[in-house]
Amino acid sequence: MISLSSVAKRYPGAHEALRDITLQIERGELVLLTGPSGAGKSTLLKLIAAIERPTAGTVTVSGQNVARLSKRAIPYLRRNFGLVFQDHKLLYDRSVFENVVLPLRVAGFDGREAASRVRAALDKVGLLGRERSNPISLSGGEQQRVCIARAVVHRPSIVLADEPTANLDAEYAREIVALFGAFHQVGVTLMVATHDVGTFAPLTSRRIELRGGALVP
Amino acid sequence: MRSWLAQHGFAFRDALGRFARHLVPSVFNIVVIGVAVSLPLSLYVTVKNLGAVTGQLDAEPQLTLFMVPEASAEEAEAVGARLAQHPAVGKQRFVPKTEALDGLRRNAGMTEIIDNLGRNPLPDAWIVSGRGGDPATLESLRQEAVRWPKVDHAQLDTAWARKLDTAVRVGRAVTLLIAGLLAVALAAVTFNTIRLQILTRREEIEVSKLIGATDGFIRRPFLYFGLLQGIAGGLAACGLVWAALAALQAQVGPALLALAPEGGLLGLALPEAAAVLGVASALGWLGAWLSVTQHLWRIG
Repeated sequence: MISLSSVAKRYPGAHEALRDITLQIERGELVLLTGPSGAGKSTLLKLIAAIERPTAGTVTVSGQNVARLSKRAIPYLRRNFGLVFQDHKLLYDRSVFENVVLPLRVAGFDGREAASRVRAALDKVGLLGRERSNPISLSGGEQQRVCIARAVVHRPSIVLADEPTANLDAEYAREIVALFGAFHQVGVTLMVATHDVGTFAPLTSRRIELRGGALVP
Repeated sequence: MRSWLAQHGFAFRDALGRFARHLVPSVFNIVVIGVAVSLPLSLYVTVKNLGAVTGQLDAEPQLTLFMVPEASAEEAEAVGARLAQHPAVGKQRFVPKTEALDGLRRNAGMTEIIDNLGRNPLPDAWIVSGRGGDPATLESLRQEAVRWPKVDHAQLDTAWARKLDTAVRVGRAVTLLIAGLLAVALAAVTFNTIRLQILTRREEIEVSKLIGATDGFIRRPFLYFGLLQGIAGGLAACGLVWAALAALQAQVGPALLALAPEGGLLGLALPEAAAVLGVASALGWLGAWLSVTQHLWRIG
């Protein structure tokens, strides 16, 4: 499903964020990407989602070489992903519903079908009653769950999560971990970057460890 | 097709919503655009009225041949026959001295003076319009005809009408020039409005791109906004011109009618107003497109 071969990433004027990464992720796998901060976890996720381009090597998603994609093709690649961010990236000038419906609008859904999908996603993360609230009025854990609902509302085949529990209390974090477990159960491919392996211990998952931009064997 | 319609419907509602949410700045923008567009538009209407006046003045050149006062009807006929065979002559009309006097008598205050004259001082005359309307051929006919027997003098009767016609042409050119300049201003106003909107919506654009929005999707609501603002500005301009004409007619009243073309002042016709709206909306769209494209290019 996702494969990287001899991938390197160097930011201009900075150290090498990733070097010689070769790995393969199968459909339906749940992968924990671990390592201390600065190890290159976020960069790896960004390369897969075509937010960054590798300086060397190839990144392939569902048979497409991401590094070679034209600018026009990137939006359509991104629609295969659900992205969960550490800082949620919610829009505070609109309701929870309007936040979650955004990926559907982008894909051209509107009206009743979009509304029912948004409610299904909010139901999954336990926030069905809050669709009219502004995200600013929600707790950190609830905001993260809105972000997750937005990431899965268009039923992506791959979910990429970057430190989804970093700013959360242990209890909120456990709820998020349980959600990811549920997505894994229904066959979604999941890649979760975290420096906090303990929180994700309840999930049976494959671990990939990064240190200083390289894979730890 | 359905999703295409849905996307456009969403973008349109989004643009309308932003109009409603920022009502006061939106209205001021519309006023700025309206005033800018109304300037060349009112010039256009002025020139149009002047043009109509010169049209009714018969800007087509005319040559008048005056017979010597003692010329007989036969001698006048002879000149008429020569004119009829001349290649430069399109139409000719004979105005006998009695008819000319009657015409003069119809002017207020002249009756008494004419009755005191005792005899008719006016000569017979031929009024000639040229074939093809080229003033130069009539001018050469004039030089030729003054040498004909019993022709007293010949007068080419177009100088001031042609001057007015030239003034109308200059007016049209100036209108076009100002319209061009203000078209740039309109696009620039929209460019700036959209730039400010983009700055306040940076996060939304960033998130949309992350979840797979195409540039077209991001651009669309801004384009609709520019389009709507252009249409509203065009409507405001038409309204301003209409109000100005109404005020002018009420203020100056009947005195103006002496200067106005027959049937009163000309306003904006429906196709003209539609053209104004079309151009204004296209310019709004263009300004918005430039603004968003520049921004997308910078962040891309």
